[in-house]
Amino acid sequence: MDKFTKLTGIAAPMALVNIDTDMIIPKQFLKTIKRSGLGVNLFDEMRYNLDGSEIPEFVLNQPAYREAQIIVAGDNFGCGSSREHAPWALLDFGIRCVISTSFADIFFNNCFKNGILPIVLPQDAVDVLMEDAKKGANARQTVDLEAQTVTTSDGRVFSFDVDSHRKHCLLNGLDDIGLTLEKAASIDSYEAKAAQAFPWA
Amino acid sequence: MAPRTLYDKIWDDHVAHEAEDGTCLLYIDRHLVHEVTSPQAFEGLRMTGRKVRAPEKTIAVPDHNVPTTTDRANAATMTEESRIQVEALDKNAKDFGINYYPVSDVRQGIVHIVGPEQGWTLPGMTVVCGDSHTATHGAFGALAHGIGTSEVEHVLATQTLIQKKSKNMKVEITGSLRPGVTAKDITMSVIGATGTAGGTGYVIEYCGQAIRELSMEGRMTVCNMAIEGGARAGLIAPDEKTFAYCLGRPHAPKGAKWEAALAYWKTLFTDEGAHFDKVITLKGEDIAPVVTWGTSPEDVLPITSVVPAPTDFTGGKVEAVQRALDYMGLTAGQKLTDIAIDTVFIGSCTNGRIEDLRAAAAILKGKKIKVKRAMVVPGSGLVRAQAEEEGLAQIFIDAGFEWRMAGCSMCLAMNPDQLAPGERCAATSNRNFEGRQGRGGRTHLVSPGMAAAAALTGHLTDVRELM
Repeated sequence: MDKFTKLTGIAAPMALVNIDTDMIIPKQFLKTIKRSGLGVNLFDEMRYNLDGSEIPEFVLNQPAYREAQIIVAGDNFGCGSSREHAPWALLDFGIRCVISTSFADIFFNNCFKNGILPIVLPQDAVDVLMEDAKKGANARQTVDLEAQTVTTSDGRVFSFDVDSHRKHCLLNGLDDIGLTLEKAASIDSYEAKAAQAFPWA
Repeated sequence: MAPRTLYDKIWDDHVAHEAEDGTCLLYIDRHLVHEVTSPQAFEGLRMTGRKVRAPEKTIAVPDHNVPTTTDRANAATMTEESRIQVEALDKNAKDFGINYYPVSDVRQGIVHIVGPEQGWTLPGMTVVCGDSHTATHGAFGALAHGIGTSEVEHVLATQTLIQKKSKNMKVEITGSLRPGVTAKDITMSVIGATGTAGGTGYVIEYCGQAIRELSMEGRMTVCNMAIEGGARAGLIAPDEKTFAYCLGRPHAPKGAKWEAALAYWKTLFTDEGAHFDKVITLKGEDIAPVVTWGTSPEDVLPITSVVPAPTDFTGGKVEAVQRALDYMGLTAGQKLTDIAIDTVFIGSCTNGRIEDLRAAAAILKGKKIKVKRAMVVPGSGLVRAQAEEEGLAQIFIDAGFEWRMAGCSMCLAMNPDQLAPGERCAATSNRNFEGRQGRGGRTHLVSPGMAAAAALTGHLTDVRELM
């Protein structure tokens, strides 16, 4: 997993609430057995007409946002299906950070496993960032994970919370499985205890 | 010890390691696997030379991609990509030595129907699967939730998940349901009341008389859609109905182990005075047969209502409702019972069990459908066999339904069962998102009885008028 430390980039505004993972990556693209290559189909049905041509109004098709690395989104982003293809598609497109008032639980977890930082901020802060994002490509926002701040293009700073373990893993690009296997002795001893207490399990 | 909730108890019994910051390794008792969210996880194991730590606790079944036509043994019924995915699961199950129900096995079906049916899911367990509807298993008083593919790989390699504890939420349904009102109407009404983010950060315990009065199958329907309310999991304390359901299942304990398990299961309830961070109460008598009108499961109303207007809402929901009405081709003020239906889909992990098929067949018996297309997709091969034995299959066929093989089918339309653009469907599944059942397809979520009623009249219908 790539490290996430500090990012300055274009933020795309997507104010719609309840953007679900079926919208982020429709099911016909879940038939892959790889993690890569999904960026071209990110938001496929919102982004392309049936004949495959681009829908010009869609934010990521607009010239200012084609290189976006941040999405400022409406409430409850990533709800629905657990498909990790959603963060894979975002990452493959180049998105490294999503900012919203809330995220669905599984999507939120999945982001951290892929070097994407999901940031939860109050409505008034998201409103300011949304307006800033609407200014286009020249309005670059800065996300600093170490300092836990987001800065608008005109210098307004918002602080955010992040779980300390997840922050550590993102900053260092750490593999969860490797970290857990260091605690194998705890798992062994749990299994020995459970075999006595719950022999049917 | 301070009074604990059911969730607290299951959590406490599964913590294998706790770090100073409260990050825990939660031990996983059952890991369910399907073909869509697992290939990258198995590939990860191969690349790092890791094994499946507990293959005996890992159960795989293909369900999302599989065709549901009776000729599906012919490989040509699957697209190349789907076939590769199913074959990858065949190979991974064999190479890593995990329990497996291939497409050709009569026990094959939707993973969340197969798990309980085979007795893999038991009270007090932790159950995960790379699928959000893992919440279904909470009906047994198991802590069950969906995970992403990276976490699938983590569980395969370590039999644990890195977790922080969620908050406790109580959803109480008091009193009894009125005739024609089902578990599906309970769970959709709760989402209507809380919104799709109302449960975010919580594990829900469903309780109250109306929940106790539900069968195990109804309880699975309720817990199945906990995820649609944003919750990590939904659960229901086990009782005599739960124990009776589990007894004698192929992988349920037997003899002395059964007795030991039973003694433990009887301790799985929320203690008097335990703390809930959020409480929602609905009266069972107030719940009506409901239907969704929009493109989010929270867009739910009693069938006797009219389509709402964007101006009935505030904030970001105004734009979302306008978009939903445009997508659904509906007009504010239109009666829900005036909405014409093209297609009816009965099935899914929400409503693909035998009682669901019985409820639909009771409405359909001796009648003919008026919709263009209707299909029943049983949740498993065993549900299908039982429905044939009980004569339900013939009722569906005589009414004009297609009688299919088991799988996820048109719930998410990854196989050939899809809606065409503009096609309007009354579905017993769980998601009415844009494009969910096929690009441009329009989904109205309903109970099995309501789906059958719509099939007979050709429009959304109050099932109580046909009972």
